[in-house]
Amino acid sequence: MTTLPPPSAKKLGLVIDLDTCVGCHACVVSCKGWNTENYGAPLSDQNAYSGAASGTFLNRVHSYEVQPPILKDKPAAPAQLIHFPKSCLHCEDAPCVTVCPTGASYKRVEDGIVLVNEKDCIGCGLCAWACPYGARELDEKAGVMKKCTLCVDRIYNENLPEEDRQPACVRTCPSGARHFGDLGDETSDVSILVAERGGFDLMPEQGTKPTNKYLPPRPKDVEPEYDILAPYLEPIAEDGKGFVGWLDKALSALPGGAK
Amino acid sequence: MHPAPSVIFFTTFSGLGYGLLFWLGIGMPAPTGWVAFVFFAIAYIMAVGGLLASTFHLGRPERAIKAFSQWRSSWLSREGICAVATLLIMAIYGAGLVFFGAEWTILGWLGAIGALLTVFTTSMIYAQLKTVPRWKHWTTPTLFLLLSIGGGALFSGNVKIAIPLFVIAGALQAFAWFHGDGRFNASGTTMETATGLGHIGKVRAFEPPHTGTNYLMKEFIHVVGRRHATQLRIVALVLGFVIPVILLLLGAKHVLGLLAVVSHVAGILALRWLFFAQAEHVVGLYYGKR
Repeated sequence: MTTLPPPSAKKLGLVIDLDTCVGCHACVVSCKGWNTENYGAPLSDQNAYSGAASGTFLNRVHSYEVQPPILKDKPAAPAQLIHFPKSCLHCEDAPCVTVCPTGASYKRVEDGIVLVNEKDCIGCGLCAWACPYGARELDEKAGVMKKCTLCVDRIYNENLPEEDRQPACVRTCPSGARHFGDLGDETSDVSILVAERGGFDLMPEQGTKPTNKYLPPRPKDVEPEYDILAPYLEPIAEDGKGFVGWLDKALSALPGGAK
Repeated sequence: MHPAPSVIFFTTFSGLGYGLLFWLGIGMPAPTGWVAFVFFAIAYIMAVGGLLASTFHLGRPERAIKAFSQWRSSWLSREGICAVATLLIMAIYGAGLVFFGAEWTILGWLGAIGALLTVFTTSMIYAQLKTVPRWKHWTTPTLFLLLSIGGGALFSGNVKIAIPLFVIAGALQAFAWFHGDGRFNASGTTMETATGLGHIGKVRAFEPPHTGTNYLMKEFIHVVGRRHATQLRIVALVLGFVIPVILLLLGAKHVLGLLAVVSHVAGILALRWLFFAQAEHVVGLYYGKR
């Protein structure tokens, strides 16, 4: 069924901290690894060893430069580099689900995870068209749509030690930038994190009501005045007097010399 | 969006085929015997050919039958059902005309309504997508329907109806292009909302997630082809509407009629190419592109 179920009480999802993500791509690699070796069609690569390599990934890390605005009375604050992991947001109002003509795409009633039943997928690509986030990629080899499963084959897997029962990307993140939990439960760790840090939705105007939340980078510290050493560090020969001044003028007078 | 030949052929020829079926269905004209056979053959070659072309872009075409199941929620599923139902109804109606010389009016009207519904549901596949602001507009279904019954009028020899329909369709297409150019910006989706980093400042894509390309970039970011958009718009309007209207006004018999058909089809192909190539998907923002 590709009609959406009523909102579930349990909303499993990720909280991604843009303040601590270092852009190492470990989540990308562990995701590709787990989801190639386990549930569903493997995530294929095309021309993996040529200059035109491409492949299917369920999680990709973008990097953005953000330039704070230049204010009248202050010099421009330096640009910030923000690493930005992006995967399926398991939206409550998932447009990818309702467009599916075969019923392959569905949202789970019990925990809100959006999945693809690969046996029913005809690879029409319409769900990827409907997703504003680029969370779905058609696997060129298998011809079916692939997307983040929230590692549904890990989180409930009683064959794994308890600490491994979370998505591969969360388990592997070395900087603690990825958190997994129930965002439908206001008392869960992830919900508290979102409330305290001001977690936000991506493209809220698209009306998808994403479950996954992003935590904003913390404000940068303001640099204090280091006035103890400052007088000693000022340029000495800026006015160009004496020998240095003469040398400066003499060198400038030469053909091609700096003015 | 990537202008895949399969979807361009599908929307163009299915549109014309179902447009012709519409006019045949309402009995304009209602030929019998061999003449009816030729009319229905042309309509079915275009409609079925277009539908078959559309299956070429599927990853697993052998499972296409499953696409009839989700009519409650999916426009693509509804389109599949309407398309097949119309073909079946019109096959019976056509058989009546060809073999028995009988005009089963009710069936014909049912088929005509089915043909319109098929074109409408096709257009809604595109018009429903909030992710492509250029498509999410009333002009998308209106134009699909106008072009379909306009082209159908030309193919069915309803010259007096085709001329005003072409004039209206050409004008509406020009308006849709003009208005569509501003819709991405009007949608309010920007790199700042995409990343949620707008509260810090201006966002610029610094480094993509990978050195090569990927499915998303191939499917949704088609920058190169847009360079000649203005010229192609003029070509599409001239070939699709201006030349056919002039030829039809000169007299629509045989050679001139055929030229009008060829010119119109070429114009619609150009127009549909632009429909896809110029449509910008919001996911491009994550790559700093449109």
